[in-house]
Amino acid sequence: MPEPVIAIEGLRKSYGEVEAVRGVDLRVEREEIYAVLGPNGAGKTTTLEILEGYITRDAGKVEVLGLDPAKATPDWRQQIGIVLQETALETLLSVRESLEMYAGYYDSPRPVDEVLDLVGLTGKEDARAGRLSGGQKRRLDVGIALVGDPDLLFLDEPTTGFDPEARRQAWQMIAGLRDIGKTVMLTTHYMEEAQFLADRVAVINRGVVVADDAPDKLGDRENLPTRISFHLPPGFDPAADGRVAGIPVAVEAGEEAPSAVIESESPTADLNRLTEWAMAEGVELVGLEVKRPSLEDVYLKLTAS
Amino acid sequence: MSALKLVLHEFRFTQKVFWRNPASVFFTVLLPLMFLLIFATIFGNDPIATLGNVPTSTYYVPAIVTLAVVSATMVSLCVNLVSAREAGLLKRGRGTPQPPWVFIAGRISNSIVISVVMVAVISVIGRILYGAPIPWERLPAVGVTLVVGAAAFCCLGIALTAIIPSRDAAPAITNVITLPLYFLSGIFIPENEIPEGVLSFAGLFPIRHFFEAFFTAYSPSTTGAGFEWFNLLVVAAWGAVGLLLAIRFFRWTPRT
Repeated sequence: MPEPVIAIEGLRKSYGEVEAVRGVDLRVEREEIYAVLGPNGAGKTTTLEILEGYITRDAGKVEVLGLDPAKATPDWRQQIGIVLQETALETLLSVRESLEMYAGYYDSPRPVDEVLDLVGLTGKEDARAGRLSGGQKRRLDVGIALVGDPDLLFLDEPTTGFDPEARRQAWQMIAGLRDIGKTVMLTTHYMEEAQFLADRVAVINRGVVVADDAPDKLGDRENLPTRISFHLPPGFDPAADGRVAGIPVAVEAGEEAPSAVIESESPTADLNRLTEWAMAEGVELVGLEVKRPSLEDVYLKLTAS
Repeated sequence: MSALKLVLHEFRFTQKVFWRNPASVFFTVLLPLMFLLIFATIFGNDPIATLGNVPTSTYYVPAIVTLAVVSATMVSLCVNLVSAREAGLLKRGRGTPQPPWVFIAGRISNSIVISVVMVAVISVIGRILYGAPIPWERLPAVGVTLVVGAAAFCCLGIALTAIIPSRDAAPAITNVITLPLYFLSGIFIPENEIPEGVLSFAGLFPIRHFFEAFFTAYSPSTTGAGFEWFNLLVVAAWGAVGLLLAIRFFRWTPRT
């Protein structure tokens, strides 16, 4: 088994009375995008900042690129890029100057023009950092983390506050980092982000990892029932036997109309019976939807207290 | 050599930021020059008998140099470090391979360079407009006094960052500390107009001692080399206390 890039065992950290991290175990492999999900205050940022060498832990074993981050050396920092939760830019420097300043801290920085291209700021290099839009500022922040050409990147909520298009672009960029051989650990509040980017997802709740898997498998997601729903046809009352076409249904108050909901283990067969029944009865299944459980459904289940 | 290179790199960008910030240019560069012109013009050329008949306008040259150096070192460094800290820049910097002291050293060198520029500019203006002679023969004393003062006030500026909670509070707090001391120490008002008791109160603080040392080194009435060792010692002692407090209480991360 190859050496993991990050290995954590039994990590603990308290602030006074508050136990922010209560025994986290994680493993991040090389060239992997690893997303950490969790509600505010779950311990995501604390965990990340311990891995980055900012915060000292109370207990547990932590190794990042083969070194304990509490004993960070300049050589170790050469291989690590960090984007903090809060964007931190010198607003009076231009985009190019900002990148040049940080490039000077590293032995073999990536050429500034390449970084501009990677984060989509080509053409903006002479703009003052303070005059950029929120999304552009964050991309410059990511550019600064990339300019040292690190092997491992920590991105703490990299796309918070982005509009949908900027977020899409950021995802392409982060996915591109894996393609050039980087390992990325990120935190996010956006399920689509984790779904789109992550090879693995860890859900942290109240300081512990409650699930850790590929996004499609998280929380046994692939084996969960598929949800089939449609508006209740007029004059139809399933209360009689709680079934439609012989399939058990639940009734939910929907946004537009009350809906019949089927939690189906075999969606193909159930759909077939349902549509056959509808055709035979001459009923239109208004608002018909077939949905696999989304990452969000699984996440909400995992983090419900 | 390599450490010098790192500091120069940091200095280069600190300089850019300094000159692009209208507030720092105004308060650190333009305001002292305005004070010199205003005070020297209002109080004119009357000789001050108690100070060897130095014209009042000549008195103001070392006085405003004192203010300019305190402003470029203690005030400017403190405000700059607090805003870098609160903007998360110091924290971000610590995440790089750069040794942390370089971030401070780059800013200190900026303060020292601005101080030297200000001493030169104020001396030249004093010479041209008010005929205040440039003390070439006491250059060693001027240089030593400047180095001791700049170093001490840089240390005090770094120490002050510890009690300043936010970027907005930095200019206010530093002014509350310095402005009264400028008045009491004979910077704004010639010291022959200030009661002895007030001057000895001001003597508890380093601005008064730095001014006394710099006045002796600069004034045409001085005979001899112009070193005021006692004053320099007091300034250095304040600086040492500042350094200890800075090492003990300096924060790299913003208040959360």
